[in-house]
Amino acid sequence: MSIDTETARKVAKLARIKVEDDALPALAAEFSNILGFIEQLNEVDVDGVEPMTSVTPQRLYRRDDVVTDGDQPEQVLKNAPDAREGFFAVPKVVE
Amino acid sequence: MTDLNTLTIADARDKLRAGEVTSVELTESCLTAIESAGKLNAFVHNTPEIALEQAKAADARNGADAPAMNGVPVGIKDLFCTKGVASQAASAILDGFKPEYESTVSGKLFDNGAVMLGKLNMDEFAMGSSNETSTYGNVVNPWKVDDRDLTPGGSSGGSAAAVAADLCLAATGTDTGGSIRQPAAFTGITGIKPTYGRCSRWGIVAFASSLDQAGPMTKDVRDAAIMLEAMCGFDPKDSTSADLAVPNFEAMLTGDIRGKKIGIPKEYRMDGMPADIEKLWADGQDMLKDAGAQIVDISLPHTKYALPAYYVIAPAEASSNLARYDGVRFGRRAKLDAGDGITEMYEKTRAEGFGPEVQRRIMVGTYVLSAGFYDAYFNRARKVRTLIKRDFETVFNDGIDAILTPATPSAAFGLGEDLDPVQMYLNDVFTVTVNLAGLPGISIPTGADAKGLPLGLQLIGRPWEEGELLNSAYALEQAAGFVAKPAKWW
Repeated sequence: MSIDTETARKVAKLARIKVEDDALPALAAEFSNILGFIEQLNEVDVDGVEPMTSVTPQRLYRRDDVVTDGDQPEQVLKNAPDAREGFFAVPKVVE
Repeated sequence: MTDLNTLTIADARDKLRAGEVTSVELTESCLTAIESAGKLNAFVHNTPEIALEQAKAADARNGADAPAMNGVPVGIKDLFCTKGVASQAASAILDGFKPEYESTVSGKLFDNGAVMLGKLNMDEFAMGSSNETSTYGNVVNPWKVDDRDLTPGGSSGGSAAAVAADLCLAATGTDTGGSIRQPAAFTGITGIKPTYGRCSRWGIVAFASSLDQAGPMTKDVRDAAIMLEAMCGFDPKDSTSADLAVPNFEAMLTGDIRGKKIGIPKEYRMDGMPADIEKLWADGQDMLKDAGAQIVDISLPHTKYALPAYYVIAPAEASSNLARYDGVRFGRRAKLDAGDGITEMYEKTRAEGFGPEVQRRIMVGTYVLSAGFYDAYFNRARKVRTLIKRDFETVFNDGIDAILTPATPSAAFGLGEDLDPVQMYLNDVFTVTVNLAGLPGISIPTGADAKGLPLGLQLIGRPWEEGELLNSAYALEQAAGFVAKPAKWW
C-alpha cells in the first residue's frame, strides 16, 4: 500500500508531531516501505481466530477500591516545565 | 589480585561474605573503570556519590545472611525511573526529568543491597537495534576487529557494552522485541528476558506494554539466575504482574539436562543465513546432545509473520503510551512563538523532543490504529499473534522442554551503516516471536565468527519455567566454554 503526502500529513496531525511540508514526501515513502513489509500479514488465514488481548491466561489483578496514594502536589508538579500556584500551566486554550 | 570490576556477581558475593573484599573497594574499582571508558559512551549519568553511600551501607549490612546482591555494583538502563536521578529513556523529550519515585525492579535490587553506579545509554525509548537512536549518541561495542566502531546492539546497548567491558558486574536491561538478547549476543554476554509478568513494569518507561519485560544482563548464567531472582516477583502496582512464587533459580543450576527434549524449529533456518551462524547453531545442538538432551526437529509455522505483526502491535502501543509526552507534566516544552496555542505546543514539543525513529514509530502506530485501518492492521496483527503463541503451545504440549535458535542473524555490524528501517528490524527476527508469545528467552555466548566477534545462541523456555531454562543455558554454557573478553582499546 502506498501512502501519499496528504495521508502522511494527516497522520502527523493525528500524532501531534509537527512535520514541515518539504519533509512529507520522504515521510510518506518511509511509511509505504514499512506498510509494504506489514502487508505480508494478509497471507495468513485468520478466520475464526480471536485477536490476542492478554498474552498470559491470568486475570488482571484487582485491588480494593481505596485510596492508596496521593496528597503530594509538590512531587507531582516538580518536573513540570511550567507550574504555577499548584497547577500545570499551558498556553491559553479559551478566549 | 584480579581487578575487582572483572568479578562475576557470584564471585563478588562469596568474597564479600568471606570478608576478602568490601563493597566500597568493588565500587571504587568499577568507578575507575567507568572513568576511563568514556569512548564507549555506555554510562550517561554517573552516580558515584549514591554508589559509595550504598556501598558503605552494604558493607555495614554484610554477613552470612546478607542478600545475594548485597554490595554488588550494577548499572541501570536509562529506561528505569530512579528516584532523584535523571531518567530520560535516552530521549531529549525527557531532558531534565528526575523522577520522584523508584521503579519496582530497581527498588528491589537496592533492597537486595545492590549498588547503582549510574544510568546506561540505550536506544531512544528502547526503539532500535543498534543504539544509534539515543539522544546521548551511539554506544560503541568494546569488541573491535578492525578500524571500524561496531554497534553493541540495542536497545540495551549501554548495558551490554558496560558488562562486556567490565565497567560493572551486571546491568538491568529491558526487552520488547529482543532488546536484551540481541545486544547480549553482540557483546559476548548473557541476557535473559523472563516470562511476561515476572518482572514488574511499574516505573519503567513504557514502550509497548504487552511486550515489555525487564531482565538481567550478566557475565554468565549463574549471575543471570542470581540477579533475576532479585528483580522479579509480584507487584500490586502492575496489573499484569504475576502473583507467583519466585523460585531459587541459582539452586536449579545442576547442569543436568539428560532426557530433556530440545526443539530445533525449521522456520528459523533463514535463506542466506551466514555460514558462521549455521555452524554455531549446529555446534550448539551437538553440545546439548552430548550433555544427554534429545534433539527434536519441530515446526513453528507462523514464524515468518512475527516481525510484521510486531511492527504493527509495538508501534500501536507506543503511539498510545508516548501520547503522555506533551510538554505539560514533565520533560521539555518547545519554545513557543507569539500566538501559539496548545496544539502548536504539543506539535512543536513532540517534533523537537522525539528523534526520527521514535517519530516514525508513533506515526506508524497512529496510522494502524486510525479509523478504517484498525481491523485491517491492528486486529489482524493481534490474530496473527494468537497463532504465533499457539505454535509454541503446540510444541510444548508435544513434550518439548526448550527450543534452540540463533540469537541474531549476524555478528555485530558497523555503526553508521545506514540500514533502512525494515533492514534494521530484521535484527530481531529470532527474538521477537518470544515477546509476542510472552515466553522466557535467554541468549548465551557460545562461539565467535571468522573474525573473532562473539555470537550467541538463544534458548526459549516454557512460560514461568525460567529455572529450567537457566539450567539448560547453564549446560550449554559449560559445554561451549566461551570465555573470550574484548581486548581493552578504549
